[in-house]
Amino acid sequence: MGDILLKIEDLAVSYTTDNEKVRAVNGINIIVEKGETVGLVGETGAGKTTIAKAILRLIPTPPGKIERGRIIFEDKDLLKISEHEIRKVRGNEISMIFQDPMTSLNPVITVGNQIAEGIRIHQKVSKAKAEILAGEMLEMVGIPLERFNEYPHQFSGGMKQRVVIAIALACNPKLLIADEPTTALDVTIQAQVLELMLKLKEDFNTAMIMITHDLGVVAEICDKVAIVYAGQIVEFGTVKEVFKNTAHPYTKGLFAAIPSISGQKLKRLHHIPGLMPDPTNLPLGCQFSPRCNCKLECCDELPSEDIYINENHFLKCHLYAQKQKEG
Amino acid sequence: MSKLLKVEKIKKHFKTSRGLLHAVDGVSFELEEGKTVGIVGESGCGKSTLGRTVINLIPATDGKVIFQGKNITSAKGKILNNVRRDMQMIFQDPFSSLNPRMTVSEIIREPLVTHRIKFGKKEIEEEIDYLMETVGLAPRLYNAYPHELDGGRRQRIGIARALALNPKFIVCDEPVSALDVSIQAQILNLMQDLQEEKKIAYMFITHDLSVVRHMSDEIIVMYLGVVVEKCLAEKLFKRQFHPYTKALLSAIPNPDIDVKKNRIILKDEIASPIDPGLECRFAARCNYATEKCFKETPYLRSIEDYHFVACHYAESL
Repeated sequence: MGDILLKIEDLAVSYTTDNEKVRAVNGINIIVEKGETVGLVGETGAGKTTIAKAILRLIPTPPGKIERGRIIFEDKDLLKISEHEIRKVRGNEISMIFQDPMTSLNPVITVGNQIAEGIRIHQKVSKAKAEILAGEMLEMVGIPLERFNEYPHQFSGGMKQRVVIAIALACNPKLLIADEPTTALDVTIQAQVLELMLKLKEDFNTAMIMITHDLGVVAEICDKVAIVYAGQIVEFGTVKEVFKNTAHPYTKGLFAAIPSISGQKLKRLHHIPGLMPDPTNLPLGCQFSPRCNCKLECCDELPSEDIYINENHFLKCHLYAQKQKEG
Repeated sequence: MSKLLKVEKIKKHFKTSRGLLHAVDGVSFELEEGKTVGIVGESGCGKSTLGRTVINLIPATDGKVIFQGKNITSAKGKILNNVRRDMQMIFQDPFSSLNPRMTVSEIIREPLVTHRIKFGKKEIEEEIDYLMETVGLAPRLYNAYPHELDGGRRQRIGIARALALNPKFIVCDEPVSALDVSIQAQILNLMQDLQEEKKIAYMFITHDLSVVRHMSDEIIVMYLGVVVEKCLAEKLFKRQFHPYTKALLSAIPNPDIDVKKNRIILKDEIASPIDPGLECRFAARCNYATEKCFKETPYLRSIEDYHFVACHYAESL
């Protein structure tokens, strides 16, 4: 085991609307070690982005509220430190790449100055020095220095995402949170950006949380993967464990629902019936039970606990627990 | 089998202030009843424009579309209306392609009334109920508005609307790319079932190669308005000849961790489609481009039994 960089314990986040409470994240535990990449996979509304925002305390309050839990980064509890201190963490020690490169850049500031901004704020260097460092970052992500003074609208989608990556890595953070960094891009551009991220991660030895809905992306760049469903982690383990010894019915369903590119072509795709539960009205028992095709009697009533298959792999499933008991 | 649709060297150019934009530049294909042709390519390759031009939503600049033996390229007014009854479209974004002020039943009713398919209130209501059942929409959603529904259900409304006229051909423009995988599988299965039952031909436009492989009989790979490779679906995944197809296939993140990855990374990004010259349109990004590629247009040619490629060096790569 390496050194633990980030430890999330029993985190729960909710949003309050007029008369309802949306329970977006319901008690999750994640450990990220130094230099490793953890993937958060799930469908729309599973709570992936809320987890990421909670780590940086970017949840708008109200309507959002962190109900309980701890987020330990190195030796600080990010949920307890002052606003002044969290600002030193954001963009410096933990930085974030947002999903949509088209809207996450400021349209009226040149890309070079947007990179330099973070450096000047966090690294107490002169303006000239910050610009030199920003120029180096720009070249590192494969953009020629001549484009330093251009504006975001002069860049294509893939190039903008490179700029966003340069901003995120400018202060050499210990943890990088990437929220669907390649979803808005074409596959050949996605391949370029993923390749770049892998290379930079190795060069800087940055730990990464990769949020995606694409199991293919996870297979390519993650070490560990958490499958998120209705605000819970239903299965967690090393990529090899989860992809090879898939145990949770939801994870199995996800894999079966993807049309294969290399294997046998199926006549029909397997699909998971129904929809994700309404987060204002979650089921009493296992969150997946209404859609599960192998549920037990207790699944509808008892919440499922984490069950360890081995030290690298756990899941939430009554059926598996029963099988394990029976040996 | 009879040819339902024949597209011959269709072109669509748009005038812009910087020159002529060649969105679609001479694409030809044929489609039989009950079959699916998949059109694959990245943003800006002209695949959506092609779909719209084929069903005459936008007039073609040049070329012919022959549907059920009739040339519909320049059809207007009544004739076009009659043809449209048999060719429908399912749009990409189920969030913006449905009128937010109409209920589910009103949206499905509209084509029935416009095209005078059914007469009499009772018959129309029966048809709406039948269509909603066919695409798996619960009767309780009859008076619901699109904003009350999730993406998968909205896309089902789009499908019901397209089916209302009992068409023989549907252009599906990225029908599942806005949906999550588990919902995507539901919609793809539905579309396959409908095709089997009603013998509908699909033109399936997508950027997702795994989806296109699952759905299509034949695949056309497009790049900057031209076809770079065309063959039967299974063949394309066994052997690709065009360097762009190779790179595209290798770039897809594969969830199968046993498959060895040999990723081809392309340089730069798609070039401008405005006033292209004689060169191969892929040459600037191609890892194998020679001087010839920048001087001569590679035309689509047969490489082996029903496998067409537009590359000077297809055999030797």
